[in-house]
Amino acid sequence: MEAMNHYPDPSKIREELVQKYPAKVAKKRTKSIIINDPESIPEVQANVRTVPGIITQRGCSYAGCKGVVLGPTRDIVNIVHGPIGCSFYAWLTRRNQTRPETPEHENYITYCFSTDMQEENVVFGGEKKLKQAIQEAYDLFHPKAIAIFSTCPVGLIGDDVHAASKEMREKFGDCNVFGFSCEGYRGVSQSAGHHIANNGVFKHMVGRNNTPSEGKFKLNMLGEYNIGGDAFEIERIFEKAGITLVASFSGNSTVGQLENAHMADLNVIMCHRSINYMGEMMETKYGIPWMKVNFVGAESTAKSLRKIAEYFDDAELKARVEEVIAEEMPKVKAVIDDIRPRTEGKTAMLFVGGSRAHHYQDLFTELGMTTVAAGYEFAHRDDYEGRHVLPSIKVDADSKNIEELKIVADPELYQPRKSEAELEALKEKGLEINGYEGMMKQMMKKSLVVDDVSHYESEKLIEIYKPDIFCAGIKEKYVVQKMGVPLKQLHSYDYGGPYTGFVGATNFYRDIDRMVNNPVWKLIKAPWETAGNPKGAELEATYVTQ
Amino acid sequence: MLLRHTPKEVIAREGLTINPAKTCQPIGAMYAALGIHGCLPHSHGSQGCCSYHRSTLTRHYKEPVMAATSSFTEGASVFGGQANLLQSIETIFAVYEPDIIAVHSTCLSETIGDDLQQITKKAKDDGKIPEGKYVIYASTPSFVGSHVTGYANMVTGIAEQFAQSTGEKKDQINIIAGWMEPSDMREIKKISKELGVKIVLFPDTSDVLDAPQTGKHEFYPKGGTTIEELKSIGDSSSSLALGCISAEPAAIALDKKCKVPFETVDMPIGLSATDRFIMSLSKAAGVQVPDEITAERGRLVDVMTDMEQYFYGRKVALFGDPDQLIPLTEFLLDLNMKPIHIVSGTPGQRFEKRMKEILRRIPEANFRNGLNADMFLLHQWMKNEPVDLLIGNTYGKYIARDENVPFIRFGFPILDRIGHSYFPNIGYSGSLRLVEKILGALMDRQDREALEEKFELVM
Ligand code: SF4
Ligand code: SF4
Repeated sequence: MEAMNHYPDPSKIREELVQKYPAKVAKKRTKSIIINDPESIPEVQANVRTVPGIITQRGCSYAGCKGVVLGPTRDIVNIVHGPIGCSFYAWLTRRNQTRPETPEHENYITYCFSTDMQEENVVFGGEKKLKQAIQEAYDLFHPKAIAIFSTCPVGLIGDDVHAASKEMREKFGDCNVFGFSCEGYRGVSQSAGHHIANNGVFKHMVGRNNTPSEGKFKLNMLGEYNIGGDAFEIERIFEKAGITLVASFSGNSTVGQLENAHMADLNVIMCHRSINYMGEMMETKYGIPWMKVNFVGAESTAKSLRKIAEYFDDAELKARVEEVIAEEMPKVKAVIDDIRPRTEGKTAMLFVGGSRAHHYQDLFTELGMTTVAAGYEFAHRDDYEGRHVLPSIKVDADSKNIEELKIVADPELYQPRKSEAELEALKEKGLEINGYEGMMKQMMKKSLVVDDVSHYESEKLIEIYKPDIFCAGIKEKYVVQKMGVPLKQLHSYDYGGPYTGFVGATNFYRDIDRMVNNPVWKLIKAPWETAGNPKGAELEATYVTQ
Repeated sequence: MLLRHTPKEVIAREGLTINPAKTCQPIGAMYAALGIHGCLPHSHGSQGCCSYHRSTLTRHYKEPVMAATSSFTEGASVFGGQANLLQSIETIFAVYEPDIIAVHSTCLSETIGDDLQQITKKAKDDGKIPEGKYVIYASTPSFVGSHVTGYANMVTGIAEQFAQSTGEKKDQINIIAGWMEPSDMREIKKISKELGVKIVLFPDTSDVLDAPQTGKHEFYPKGGTTIEELKSIGDSSSSLALGCISAEPAAIALDKKCKVPFETVDMPIGLSATDRFIMSLSKAAGVQVPDEITAERGRLVDVMTDMEQYFYGRKVALFGDPDQLIPLTEFLLDLNMKPIHIVSGTPGQRFEKRMKEILRRIPEANFRNGLNADMFLLHQWMKNEPVDLLIGNTYGKYIARDENVPFIRFGFPILDRIGHSYFPNIGYSGSLRLVEKILGALMDRQDREALEEKFELVM
């Protein structure tokens, strides 16, 4: 498909986007602004430093580690070691919902814990205060686990959060205490924090409980954080289809689930960017293959379910999955048939996250809308171009300092769930086993791909393309709306959702229909602005006498 | 229960802060800088801080919040952030074309020891600051103070770095706004106009963080104190600082630099504090208070007398920032209510001193500020001695729901309601709005929970 003939030549657009930058900046940005060709995918510069001074969407490694990956597990006490702000801002703002088993079960997600580091801790070291804080958390709550997150100053002053955690863990005996060196300056974005989190969760949690879980078709869901209840909808569908969810990394999860995750027979990955490390490490150590899926979009959900059934290669499961799809799809169809005439032909832009800018294109396709430009906030080249480029990605100074765990097969627990030949056969059938094709393959020829889009570039893109909807985050929301274009937040969903699965798809269709067709966008101008100012015009007699 | 793990029994904590009643300095600096026209706030540190501060301010205002960052990586953290800041300054002036860049530091750049004064000077010497443009700065490490002191530091930086004295006094009064909402700042300007006093208000986020929907994004909205005005504050006849924590430091700095005498008054929240504000401003300007203001005051007092039975003895818990809590507590006492639990994460002895004075009549009142004065403690106090009303920022809704206490959103941040940016909480009319809210909260509960035979039509 090659559309968008009515838009200016994309290479001209690219020139315009970088025109105002100082020469060196322009040169750098040009490599991250790419005209797509799904047949022969060009290279996108990604996961590189943002130019200082550029207004970026990106956050920090701590946000990726604590906020994204560890935040959703409800029964860990997450203590942020550092000054107060870092912990305060990550307090409940990500909307990762959770549903404790009973009103008595543990849930610390509503709490914010910090060592509230003071100047003397920066000068003389903060380990003592940290240990005191861990002790107090233990005394107050007796949680199963306490995780410690280092923020920027901590790394610089040399506090050893790992040693402190170990000391306290050994002291308590019944509480797993572990630390993360996820200082905000590591790496170039949240992405570094995802990797650090994966390492820590793998080292300190996965594999601690070898009790085999019940169920015939057991899998873990990786990279699904239950924003707006997304995981609840997927759980509902799994249950209906007879698929057992052993652990979720990490939406609506518990410590117990994560510790037992290695008892599953498959890892399905939603957000490749934030969690692929976990998939790989579990494959190497335990022999569990991972497979890329996508539960965003009704068609994609059906496709992903079929892939899972294909993986387990069980006639009964396959039949059950078909039944579920047959039961759910008519409800979806009824909604989309009503809505699509109003959304057909409209355009969208998505600049967000590390997987959502890809996944949500499926929903827009279902709505008959075209994605004219898209990009990630903190993804790597493989998320754009596909995992086959991995060997050619150069590791730069910013990525080098993130630990790569050396994983070997577990002498007792390693047990390949599928033979090499079986895996090959599955791949032949189109299953993305241990693989991911990336976003660009799915996007149209000549659409624009922009990594780490800057504020300046997004305003320009809106001016040029005048999209019907723009998808990004809270920082962009009101800027774009001030330009008269609705913005759908794809981090927080504008406090709506879920958007996954069948129910989620219909939620999304309705929300987008509402947003792009909301009459308020036509009310922006006052009547005297459009019709000319009445001041000075002759008064006309409009009354009627009887 | 949302906060199901909060026990009734209070155990002293020294290491762990739980559910803080404060946040960090830079967000205050960012907010203050947005109150200067044509100014782009700049966060000197890693990206995360800037992203968090922008997000929080955006959630509070539902408005664009523009700010740039030095985007530190590990290299900058080891070798210092000078190169990052110099490159930022160059990029920002080329791309975003502000008149002013207001740089604030973060924990990271402070721990490294970056000297903002030296780096901005170097930027100037290297010709990176275009003619007629400015780079100002404030030091805001968050291992000191809180978001409130960060605000104060940036306002002080603004005053110090812009004020000039020409030797010729101007017939104008500076009003240094403590951390208040755009609506409050607009109200200050309105009151001053009614009094007939010429003022320079700084900072001023009205028409910045309450900008109209026009179909066009104004990167630098219409509002904000202008450079011209800021240069002139050194020639003003006097300054009135609204708030001893968030505004007074700038008044002191201005007095030191340009000999502008100042007076500090509380933020005009509630009857008595507004009385003092009006008295001070009219005295400083030598004007008579017009009848319209007296009438406005009268309307507030009228409601206070008419509805007095509903306030009497009602116990209140509140948390937030000192400059608001001080006059608010006083107002609750004027209403004959009983503020009994008060916390603020912002450190400083002024708070304790003032609270002691104000709360003399209520010896059983608990108040604490600074380290470990957090919402977890407040909640525990509430479990021990329940209240009829909770006042504080959005995070209070978790306590309010668990304890089934009427709740009024007040302070920063308010993430789940609108209004604070549009309708003031200060002055007589702002106080009347507060009264309306208090009554609404208390009476809605009464209506909801009254026995059928006790259900009242007229109240
Ligand atoms: S590092 Fe410091 S400045 Fe940055 S968010 Fe944390 S507390 Fe605030
Ligand atoms: S960049 Fe550093 S200081 Fe800032 S929020 Fe992230 S961890 Fe905290």
